[in-house]
Amino acid sequence: MRTIGIMNRVLKELFRDKRTLALMFIAPILVMLLMSVIFNTNSSTDVSVGTVSVSQKLNKEMGGIKHVTVKSYDTKKDAKAAMDDEKVDAIIKKNGKNYSLTYANTDSTKTATVKLAFKNALTATSINQLKSALKQSTKATVKLQAQLQALQKQQAATSATSATAGSAAAAKQAAAKQAAVTKAKSTNHATKSSSQSTPKITNHYVYGDKNTGYFAKMLPILMGFFVFFFVFLISGMALLKERTTGTLDRLLATPVKRSSIVFGYMLSYGVLAVIQTIVIVLTTVWLLGIEVVGSMASVVVINLILALVALAFGILLSTFANSEFQMMQFIPLVIIPQVFFSGIIPLDSMADWVKDISYIIPLKYSGDAVNDIIMRGTSIFDLGFDIMILLIFLIVLTILNVVGLKRYRKV
Amino acid sequence: MGKAIIDLQHLAKKFGDQTVLKDINLTVNPGEIVGLIGPSGAGKSTVIKVTLGMEVASGGSAKVFDTTMPNRELLGRIGYMAQTDALYDSLSGLENLKFFGLMKGIAKSDMKKEVMHAAEVVDLTADLNKRVSGYSGGMMRRLSLAIALLGSPELLILDEPTVGIDPALRRQIWAELGRIRDEGRSILITTHVMDEAELVGRVALLLGGEVMAFDAPAVLKQQYGVATIEDVFLKAEGVE
Repeated sequence: MRTIGIMNRVLKELFRDKRTLALMFIAPILVMLLMSVIFNTNSSTDVSVGTVSVSQKLNKEMGGIKHVTVKSYDTKKDAKAAMDDEKVDAIIKKNGKNYSLTYANTDSTKTATVKLAFKNALTATSINQLKSALKQSTKATVKLQAQLQALQKQQAATSATSATAGSAAAAKQAAAKQAAVTKAKSTNHATKSSSQSTPKITNHYVYGDKNTGYFAKMLPILMGFFVFFFVFLISGMALLKERTTGTLDRLLATPVKRSSIVFGYMLSYGVLAVIQTIVIVLTTVWLLGIEVVGSMASVVVINLILALVALAFGILLSTFANSEFQMMQFIPLVIIPQVFFSGIIPLDSMADWVKDISYIIPLKYSGDAVNDIIMRGTSIFDLGFDIMILLIFLIVLTILNVVGLKRYRKV
Repeated sequence: MGKAIIDLQHLAKKFGDQTVLKDINLTVNPGEIVGLIGPSGAGKSTVIKVTLGMEVASGGSAKVFDTTMPNRELLGRIGYMAQTDALYDSLSGLENLKFFGLMKGIAKSDMKKEVMHAAEVVDLTADLNKRVSGYSGGMMRRLSLAIALLGSPELLILDEPTVGIDPALRRQIWAELGRIRDEGRSILITTHVMDEAELVGRVALLLGGEVMAFDAPAVLKQQYGVATIEDVFLKAEGVE
């Protein structure tokens, strides 16, 4: 009952602070919009591709595509050297029938451009091949038809002259017809098989992997970051204000339980976090056109848990701050390092001991989980590990908070 | 005289190495107003904090309603008003009252009556729907007092309740405090206003973490051979 009372009060205060509210909802949208514009401007990237033992036709086809320049190299070594000098963004090498593509991948939009260009060029050349094959087979068919007609005429003539000889001739002619049809069929088959055996393409990345679509990879973490950042800051400030204005003392001078205060805060900020997450998800889906493979409800759930962790964290740290400005000082100490280890920067490239730090970063777990939901459509029930770790964070921090309020009242 | 509502015996309180309270003996009986006076830093607020159970005594005993503090449930029977106004600025006066009423455990059915009564005492009925951020300093003080009065608690602990309140209203508030006393409820009040100290039943003079004197104002004046409590205060301080 008191918990609900505290929740209502905190919500009322929050919704009357229009500016803070606007910050919570508009700032993330604005920043994400900016980021999507900055990181996804692939319309005018020029890429140069180095090719090794690739057919002239394919080279020409690729060179014809806008924003793509093709340079032919004799050996893979030469091409690699050019890539190291940042002269080419990707190398295409033909091994027999198959292609091996190596991307510098320092810029994911360039990688995507090359991939698309190569695919298009390959399709175009194979279509050409198909066309010529088709032409041949059509020619063969026409020839066959002519033969057939001739045969039929011949047959009519023979049957008119002699019935006995005719039957023999008919047998002969039938055999010929069969052969012709078989021949035509096999020609057709040949064209078919040539189109079916598409060359195998293997992709190699010098940096990162095929998932390194920059904004796409950042988005789930970014979403969590906004939720974490704002809930952390605002809830921390709110409790700090309660402490400095004396309302916390006054609240604790009533028979209210310490846990009721913590839970009241959790409920109210939980509500806020749900609304915020929904706004962010809808923005990314509708405004930025990012595909969410999994269920959006799962995304909201994960972010809700993260928000509660952020809340507990904010309340805990606010006890170490004596003013709003001191609360702000936690941003470079607490928030920024979280961003580094959350997975925005690929952890694979870090030293092992640095990587280990990421295990104590709540943002990493929510980022991983939301990443799986958005990009792979993983069900929330398969993300037990991430959720469990987040819940452990939440429970430990909440207990610390309830105990921590003892500082202000001994029971 | 019945059992004392507040009973502090040989109370001591240390914060780290710093001794704030040395040996406090203080009782508040039912139907009595006790004034706590003393210079800043004498430990008035600490006495109140220990009485409320916000802090635990380092030595001696602190009993309220014959129960050793800290005790959470007892807080429902105590009305507390802090030195700072401690109000939620973005809420209206009414919302503040209702919120603290709920926290104190006032039943929903009694809420409206309690809130209206408390607002009437401090003359805030007309401004209840205004946001506190638009209140004047005096109005905030009154609202703060109204919150302490909610639920007719058996014990009121008021820390400087009349700071910034104009004389007419101050008189009105003291009249209400008198009524509360006559109902048999008890009040512990700290004040800087010496003529207010004349109005209480007994006055405790706190100095350097000790109670220098604790008796009825008239008795104290006689003891120190002076005309007013203010002189008692000055004399006691001068002696120290």
